[in-house]
Parts: sequence; C-alpha cells; structure tokens
Amino acid sequence: MSAGHHHHLYLDRASLIHRLPPQCKIAAVVLFVTAVVTTPRGSWWPYAVYVLALGAVAAAGRVPAPTILRRMIIETPFVLFAVILPFASPGPKTDVLGLTLSATGLESAGILLAKGTLGVVASILLAATTQPRDLLLGLQRLHMPQLLVQIMTFMFRYIEVVLGEMNRMRVARESRGFDARHVGHLKVVAQSAGALFIRCYERGERVHLAMLSRGYTGRLPVFADARSSTGQWAMAALLPLVAVATTVAAWATL
Amino acid sequence: MHVPDGFIDAPLSVVGGVIATVGVGVCLRGARRELDEKTAPLAGLVAAFVFALQMLNFPVALGTSGHLLGGTLAAVLVGPYTGALCVTVVLTVQALFFADGGTTALGINITTMAIVTTVVGYGIVVLLRALLPARPASVVPAAFVGALISVPASALAFVGFYALGGTTGLSLGGVLVAMVGVHVLVGIGEAVITALTVGSVVTVRPDLVYATRSYEQPLEIRHTEQAA
Repeated sequence: MSAGHHHHLYLDRASLIHRLPPQCKIAAVVLFVTAVVTTPRGSWWPYAVYVLALGAVAAAGRVPAPTILRRMIIETPFVLFAVILPFASPGPKTDVLGLTLSATGLESAGILLAKGTLGVVASILLAATTQPRDLLLGLQRLHMPQLLVQIMTFMFRYIEVVLGEMNRMRVARESRGFDARHVGHLKVVAQSAGALFIRCYERGERVHLAMLSRGYTGRLPVFADARSSTGQWAMAALLPLVAVATTVAAWATL
Repeated sequence: MHVPDGFIDAPLSVVGGVIATVGVGVCLRGARRELDEKTAPLAGLVAAFVFALQMLNFPVALGTSGHLLGGTLAAVLVGPYTGALCVTVVLTVQALFFADGGTTALGINITTMAIVTTVVGYGIVVLLRALLPARPASVVPAAFVGALISVPASALAFVGFYALGGTTGLSLGGVLVAMVGVHVLVGIGEAVITALTVGSVVTVRPDLVYATRSYEQPLEIRHTEQAA
C-alpha cells in the first residue's frame, strides 16, 4: 500500500472528507450506524434525516451518486431476504396490489432494508474517501490490538499477490481448455487453491524478508503527522450527532 | 450469510460484541504461543486467502448462494487462535470497507463465523487426529469432517442469536430449517475445498500446516564413527 498502490474502492479526490484523519471517520461511521440501528420501530421520518445526512457527506466528499448506487449491489442477498419477509411472516394480512401480504412482514422488510442500506452506504463512503493504509493507521490509533493490525497489514499487502497468482493460474487453466461446468470440476478448482496457497506463501516469504531487510519492525511507520485536532473531531462528530439527535427525538415522540 | 445492520436488535448486538471481544482477547493471548516472527506474515496470507475464497460464491438451492467461511482451513493452517484472528480481520475489513455485513452486527458475525467455526472445526480435527494413524496425511480427512460440521454449527449459532433478538418476526422453525438446510450444503463445498487445499499443502510443505506439528520428529543428529 505504498504510494502508487491505489485501491480500486478509493476515489482520489481533494475534499474535506478525504482530509479528515481516518480514526475520526471510522468512529463517526460506527456511531452513525449504531444510532440508525437503534431507531424505534414504527417511526419512518428518521430515515429521511439519515439519508439527507449521508447525502451531505457524499457531496462534501465529492463521491458521485452513480458510484454509490453501483457499489450498493453488495446488499443483494439481504434485499432478496427482505422480499421474502412479507410472504413468509405470520400475523394480520393486508392486500397490496392484489397480493395478500403480512403487515408485520412488510414493516420488518422495510425496516431491514432501510437500516441495512444506510449501513452499506456509510461503509461505501468510508472506503471511497479513505485509503486502506490510512484505515490501518486509523484502527491502530483507535487502539485495535497490535497483532490484529499486523495481520490486517499483511492481508492488504498479500491480497494483490493472491489475486495476481489466482489470475495467472486461471489463464493457465483456460489456455489448456479448462471450463468449469459441473460439480466434478470442483476438484480442479480446489487443487488450484492448494497450489495457490503454496505459491503465495513462497512469494509472501520473499516480500516479508524484503520488508525486514528495510527495517520493518511490526508497526506501521507514520510518515505524515496524522494526529487529529479537536476541530477535526468536531467536524467528524457532525454526522453521528445528527443521527443520535434524530434517534432520541424519534424515541421521545413515539 | 453476513448479518446486515438492523437484522438483530441492539441489545443482542451488544451481547454479540461482548462475546466477540472476550473471544478475540482469548485468541490474542493464545496466538502468542502459535506465532513467531516467521509466522506473522503467514497469518496475513491466510487472511488474504480466506478473503479471496469468500469472494467465490457458489449457488446453493432455490436461488440462494453460499460462500466459504474458511474458519477450519485457517485453524488447520495457522492454529486455532491465530485462525480465529485471521477470520476476524477478514470480517472486520469486509464490514468497514466492503459493506459486507453490518458494522453493528460485527460482534455477531465474528462470534458465529470466526469463533464458532474455529472452535468446532478445530475441536473435531483434534479429536479425529487422536483416532487416526499418527502421520501428517491424517489431518486431511480430519479437516474434511471439521469443515463439514463447522458450517452448520455456525448457522445454528446464528439461529440462536435470531431466536433471542431477531427483528423480522419470521417463525423460528422456518429460519432454523432454511439456515441449517442451506448450510449443510455449503458445508459440503467447504469440506471439499478445505480438505483438498490442506491435502496439497501437506504433500508439498507439511511444515506450513499447524495441525501437523504434533507429528514433528525432533531433529536427530547422528554422528559417524570417527576413523582412528
């Protein structure tokens, strides 16, 4: 993740959000999502406030809406699940467009979709405005245990190695006429997984030795002074503050 | 399935977070015995590997799809404590960065997918290893069974959380049958891939497989008779 390695999720912009220290952004996302999740059942207006708040963050971070929408495809599994709910839930039935649906199921599906989607968009905004290396630094400053930071550092470093080797082996398989069609082909794929592991380990070993010989001690070097000021924390706190105030108001007016 | 935000209610998400924190704390202590300077990058590689494997979704029944969890594989390769930490790291990165699995549900996801899979999977591996002939190749069938059972066990843990704090009002029996049913099938795929991966690593580099360490022979140095 040294200079020149740009992650495909990261949008290289110069914005207010990009400049915020990573630890402030991580804390803001976690608090925001927590506030969203604790929104009481039965009030719908808070979700509009959350959407507006995230929209403001996206605008400030210059993350375009099409990018966010495209990346929301990750939530497909639980959208499918939410679609099943109105049909499968017990309780009183209502008629919607000629279909007999469970009223509680419909409500649950709506809440699940709203809360889940807001969580997904918050993560998308974090990833689009923070480099993986800064994310690691942020987690390190938030006192995530050193061993976890170290494993995560190596993981980010090796993902490229694993994906590169994986691609090379796929090209090799396909150029020999392999085409995974039925379950019997699982064996070939799994054997490739074993070979992949050994090849990656041997390359990874060389990477690690190269790092050690350049003075790696297990901690990430901090190049720029990325300590966070009170002003930056105050700005990052805006999003969770809005969300917490909304949740509290929703509970109060219930 | 990675539990999204809002699927399990807030109090139980906190309970999940507490269980996960305690579990990860235990693993951090235990991992100190398993890891040395040489194996720290191995743990990172296993995490990257599990991450890559989790991107392979394969279709199960009725339009749902499952992906590998990798807990047993990680535990067999780098040891149970470090293995659980590897999966924890993968889940954290996926939640924070790839929006896969909710941030507030992270504790529940770590409990079901990192802790339950490694405890159950590695427990079975240790048990079977004691019954099978004492040679490195025995780890392969043990890993197969461990992976096979660890996935439905993880689904069962999820259903447990759902029973106590589910927000969607589906009947518990239905969720139980659907989750465990689907994950028995996912478990078969997981078992095949885990066993074949461990098998090929054991054949070529048995020194990289933690679960074969108990078979290691101490280095024996024989001296030739010195000619007088």
